[in-house]
Amino acid sequence: MNFEFSDEMIMLGEQAERLFAARDARKTARAVLDGATHRYDAALWREMASLGWMGVAIPEAYGGAGLGAQALCIIAEQIGRSLAAIPYATTLYLAAEAILLAGTEDQKQALLPAIAAGERIMSFVDATTGARPGQVGRDGTIHADALLAPEGEIAGSLVLAALDADGEIGLFLVDLSQAGVKRAPITTIDPTRNHGLLTLSHVAAERLGSGAITRATLDRLIANAMIPLAFEQVGGATACLTMARDYALERHAFGRPIGSFQAIKHKLARMFVANELARSNAYYGAWALSTNAPDLAEAAAIARLTAIDAYHFAARECLEVFGGLGFTWEADCHLYIRRAKLLASAFGGTVKWSETLMAQIEPRYR
Amino acid sequence: MDFEDTAEEGVFRALARAFLKENAPPPPEAGAAIVSTDLETARAWQRAKADAGFAGILLPAEAGGRGGTVMEQIIFDQEERAVGAPSDVHFMIGLGICAPTILQFATPEQIARHVPPLIRGDEIWCQLFSEPSSGSDLAAARTRARREGDGWVIKGQKIWTSGAQHSDFGLLLARTDGSVPKHMGLTVFILDMKSPGVEVRPIKQISGASHFNEVFLDEVHIPDARRIGKVGQGWKIALGMLMNERLTVGRVFSPDVGPLIRVAAQTEINGAPAIDNAMVRERLARWYSEQQGIRHTVSRVMTALSKGRDPGPETSIIKIIDAAREYEMAGFALDLLGPAALDRAGGADAAPALIGAFLEAPGTRIGGGTEEILLNVIAERVLGLPGDIRVDKDIPFDAAAAR
Repeated sequence: MNFEFSDEMIMLGEQAERLFAARDARKTARAVLDGATHRYDAALWREMASLGWMGVAIPEAYGGAGLGAQALCIIAEQIGRSLAAIPYATTLYLAAEAILLAGTEDQKQALLPAIAAGERIMSFVDATTGARPGQVGRDGTIHADALLAPEGEIAGSLVLAALDADGEIGLFLVDLSQAGVKRAPITTIDPTRNHGLLTLSHVAAERLGSGAITRATLDRLIANAMIPLAFEQVGGATACLTMARDYALERHAFGRPIGSFQAIKHKLARMFVANELARSNAYYGAWALSTNAPDLAEAAAIARLTAIDAYHFAARECLEVFGGLGFTWEADCHLYIRRAKLLASAFGGTVKWSETLMAQIEPRYR
Repeated sequence: MDFEDTAEEGVFRALARAFLKENAPPPPEAGAAIVSTDLETARAWQRAKADAGFAGILLPAEAGGRGGTVMEQIIFDQEERAVGAPSDVHFMIGLGICAPTILQFATPEQIARHVPPLIRGDEIWCQLFSEPSSGSDLAAARTRARREGDGWVIKGQKIWTSGAQHSDFGLLLARTDGSVPKHMGLTVFILDMKSPGVEVRPIKQISGASHFNEVFLDEVHIPDARRIGKVGQGWKIALGMLMNERLTVGRVFSPDVGPLIRVAAQTEINGAPAIDNAMVRERLARWYSEQQGIRHTVSRVMTALSKGRDPGPETSIIKIIDAAREYEMAGFALDLLGPAALDRAGGADAAPALIGAFLEAPGTRIGGGTEEILLNVIAERVLGLPGDIRVDKDIPFDAAAAR
């Protein structure tokens, strides 16, 4: 058994950690929140692209490095830790994977090299559920109002899961530079992850691949994305613990560092316990994803659940350690609270993923 | 990352399987009441393992062990559990805690005398640490050892001594000097549990079981040849033992959600199956996620050990999480069963085991380091936070005790 990342992966993580620290990614994220920087950290995005980090999990045949899912997870952890305001998650964990999963060879050749080069930001929306699911007509166009789209203001293209004319599920590519695409800004709880409202007025939607996909395939695509996302959450939770620990050593009350009081020590130790549990499950998810293990769906749900819990807990307790200061706009604590909630809500929270997990394990135990 | 055996591990696993297939006694019948393995069966099995080189896998071959690797120990444990072989509960403290300490600190003569029979299960060991007035604050031990002739005379009382009623020997922490601060005046001895003046009294726990004992020591003579390490070196030795203890405790159990899922499938809430209730499902999913998280944390610890690294106090998270889960899961299952859970004898089939687990769990949270102590260990040794203010740290023990 060897349940550790390889030295190559660990070095990639350290390199990412250094870059995000050197570029002070958190500062730019705050500037996005304050409205001082436009929508995302474009300079950091370009620099990451020049280092080849968009393409770590994209096969070499399509302009990537072909390092696989573990490399994606390694970079995700550092993105989460630094709060980098970049459209990495939607572009790579979902849209690029959807193209790899369903696209024709021509579509892969047309899209993936541009993604790997950082030239194309992608959005991903699952419009197959809800009262009025999105449906692509026989003429190959779609009409949809107010689609809440991650990276909706900045994405060049959208991968849309929608119904086809026969009512089957399909994955469709929508070029967002077409006439008929209207974008409206939207302020979410965490503006450092761009979102936009898209209105599509009979715009062309090109099917990825040649036919419908099953609900199970779509669920699997989304579940797989929860694993690198869990690494972002674990990275964020780790940053909260570090920040709170450093502050607890520096801040004095009653003549001693507050970190010498057991109430604070135990709070921080419990953050550590939750973070390590989430980290172990995320690691297993990375292994399952990179090997397409039989229990991948279960591993994804578990990684998701413990990562959501750990990040919420760490972000909240970090603010508490900072006391009143933590509640101010100036302190960075709320950046993590926002990100923790955004990442938890984005693909359904713990109730949804608990149910997803139970559906996997219950038949086995009954 | 991979979960495959290396070539050497695969060879060892095949060896272990072949040995177990040929030699392991048949497992207890399915459905049989869960009882601790009787001592003679456990002893016979321990001897069989020792003869084949599968007892004390981590302990050196010249002392009767295998001189093997951590991975070999883990692989053997896995395979042994898989065939339902008798539990090694009687020998665990000796093998996991006492033997490594003796090997590290004792003289070659002491090692030759004590370690081989320990590994064979011929002699059972316990550790005599906690006292009525010193549990978490172990260095405040009051049991005294005073010098007399060629040996020592012990007077005092130990408590929470697991397995003392079966033990032949114990590692005893005693105060040899009260004129220095508490950590500096301690010494470790090998106590012959059959010596005159040693009295063992079982403690009845809230579950009704008696795993622990009080041990009264009334003018017990120990020859100086049975002292381990130097006089005054006891605290250093004790700390090493505590780390071994936490590893051992961490290995013992991780409550499984499976039986709880079955209870939920067989019970109803207002006429609907409990297993279909969203709140029940969310709880089960959370506990299962924790269970897997522990499993994968153990894999991380094993990897560190197999690469020759010390996994360190991080392993404490295993006990912190599992102790809480055991209590909460058993309590939740009893809630699901409702009134059928109240009747220990005539109620639901699962009730006796669940009530047992519910009443055992608070002990797990305390034994081998309370949750609070483990959180302190993480805070101080992992996160680098300041130690607590210890008002008695620099004061001679006798002066501090008199205050």
